[in-house]
Amino acid sequence: MNARLRWRKFVSNFMLTMTGVCAFVSVAVLFLILGYLLFNGGTSINWAFLTQLPKPVGEEGGGMANAIVGSAKLLLGASLLGVPIGFLGGIYLAEFSGAKVASVVRYAADLLNGVPSIVIGIFAFSMVVRPFKGFSALAGAFALGLMMIPITLRSTEEFLNGVPRMLREGAMALGASKWKTIATVIVPAAYRGILTAILLALARVAGEAAPLLFTSFGNRFWSQGWTQPTAALPEMIFRYAGSAYEDWHRQAWAAGLVLLGLILIINILARTILSRGIAVPRS
Amino acid sequence: MQSSPNQGLSVNVAATAGAAATKENIAALSLRMKISKVNFYYGSKQILFDISMGVADKRVTALIGPSGCGKSTLLRTLNRMHETVATSRLEGEILLDQQNILVQDVTSLRRRVGMVFQRPNPFPKSIFDNVAYGPRINGMKGPIGETVEKSLRHAALWEEVKDQLHKSAYDLSGGQQQRLCIARALAVEPEVLLLDEPCSALDPISTAKIEELLVELKNLTTIVIVTHNMQQAARVSDFTAFLLTGQMIEFNPTPHLFTTPGDPRTEAYITGRFG
Repeated sequence: MNARLRWRKFVSNFMLTMTGVCAFVSVAVLFLILGYLLFNGGTSINWAFLTQLPKPVGEEGGGMANAIVGSAKLLLGASLLGVPIGFLGGIYLAEFSGAKVASVVRYAADLLNGVPSIVIGIFAFSMVVRPFKGFSALAGAFALGLMMIPITLRSTEEFLNGVPRMLREGAMALGASKWKTIATVIVPAAYRGILTAILLALARVAGEAAPLLFTSFGNRFWSQGWTQPTAALPEMIFRYAGSAYEDWHRQAWAAGLVLLGLILIINILARTILSRGIAVPRS
Repeated sequence: MQSSPNQGLSVNVAATAGAAATKENIAALSLRMKISKVNFYYGSKQILFDISMGVADKRVTALIGPSGCGKSTLLRTLNRMHETVATSRLEGEILLDQQNILVQDVTSLRRRVGMVFQRPNPFPKSIFDNVAYGPRINGMKGPIGETVEKSLRHAALWEEVKDQLHKSAYDLSGGQQQRLCIARALAVEPEVLLLDEPCSALDPISTAKIEELLVELKNLTTIVIVTHNMQQAARVSDFTAFLLTGQMIEFNPTPHLFTTPGDPRTEAYITGRFG
């Protein structure tokens, strides 16, 4: 009896320690990456990096101003494609489609979400780059936008389904049509969750280099418009980190830091907007 | 006038079958709604059996009965909220001002027949915007601020919230939230107000407030209330319908039903022998 009790206590303590250690390890990895990025990026970043174009190979200095603008442009374009399609599709799934259609679309979205980003890049290459005969910012935005669709769609559906039924009934009992109920009560009740998910989607595609390699391709100068190739931060990191030059490695770290900052700014902006509304309390 | 609402509403007290009593009512009363031979199904399961009754204008009609007797279902047919369940099916006729509601545009019907639910369900909006919601989506003309104030006064909530109209509705207590929902329903000036066990999630003091309110409100509108609380039905209603397993057992003026029930099953229920 006593031995049994001791054994139980040992197992309990052992498991407690294990879970604690694992929790610590996962957090530690995160902070290690962040710290490393902050240190290397922070010591490499300077004003020139943010404002100047890349210098020709072999010259020191210069920056990635074109890639910062390019990344912002690509994310904007991707959002314009991915968010409306995913959002409206999610509304259809949650509010209008039958269970069968919903499960098929949901499955397809999950599959699309699992498609390697390089494959999305090939797809965008053959759908946009080849017909228009050239790499372009548009093609890059198309590839990233495609990747945003499934995340936006699934999260929109989930958050809409999470809106309490009694809120729907409350609106309908006041004479609101289905569309009005959705637009004035259900979406406002769910938009915090949806917006957060869209931000996660944005953050995810912001760091993608693979789908950009043969779509927006890269550009050592300012992009001349949506139909021309453009630089982007992850794509620059990919090229610079793999180069032989110490100065380029330094710039790759700085680019990583800027990318992180970009995502952070989007996050803070969104949270400021979010904090203004009224949330449905969890019951 | 409120103290003796039943005067002149002579009901056939001898009739024990609800349908027969209702027919007598129809002759004697000004009816706002009339339910005739309603059968209701969820899929193949029949929930309501041949229900007929009238809803007297500017009176409170209570639907009582044990859990699962179909009283909430009956209430939800009156503004066609039952249609939110795809498998539901309704036979029979429900008239509002002599017009069959089952063939009308459902959104305009629900504007005329408002509803308050079991649990307070304010929208995630400010107090003001909650009350203004109905008038706004229905495109009602007139100064919205006045409508909101009037509705909150009718719901006996104005004094408590007039300085915090732009705060979240969720900052209110449960009882206040339910009165807010009543104000929200009143803002579109419904001809009939349906209440589905409006006090079941509230404490006794909040419940008392709402009951007081209902007695006031019948000057303004016609009320149908579902309650599992027999004392509540006795306190607030002018007419009571007793339902059992989807059938109307008795429909009579409230004092009559509670003092001299016309059916042994009613008597058994109100004396607490079951349910």
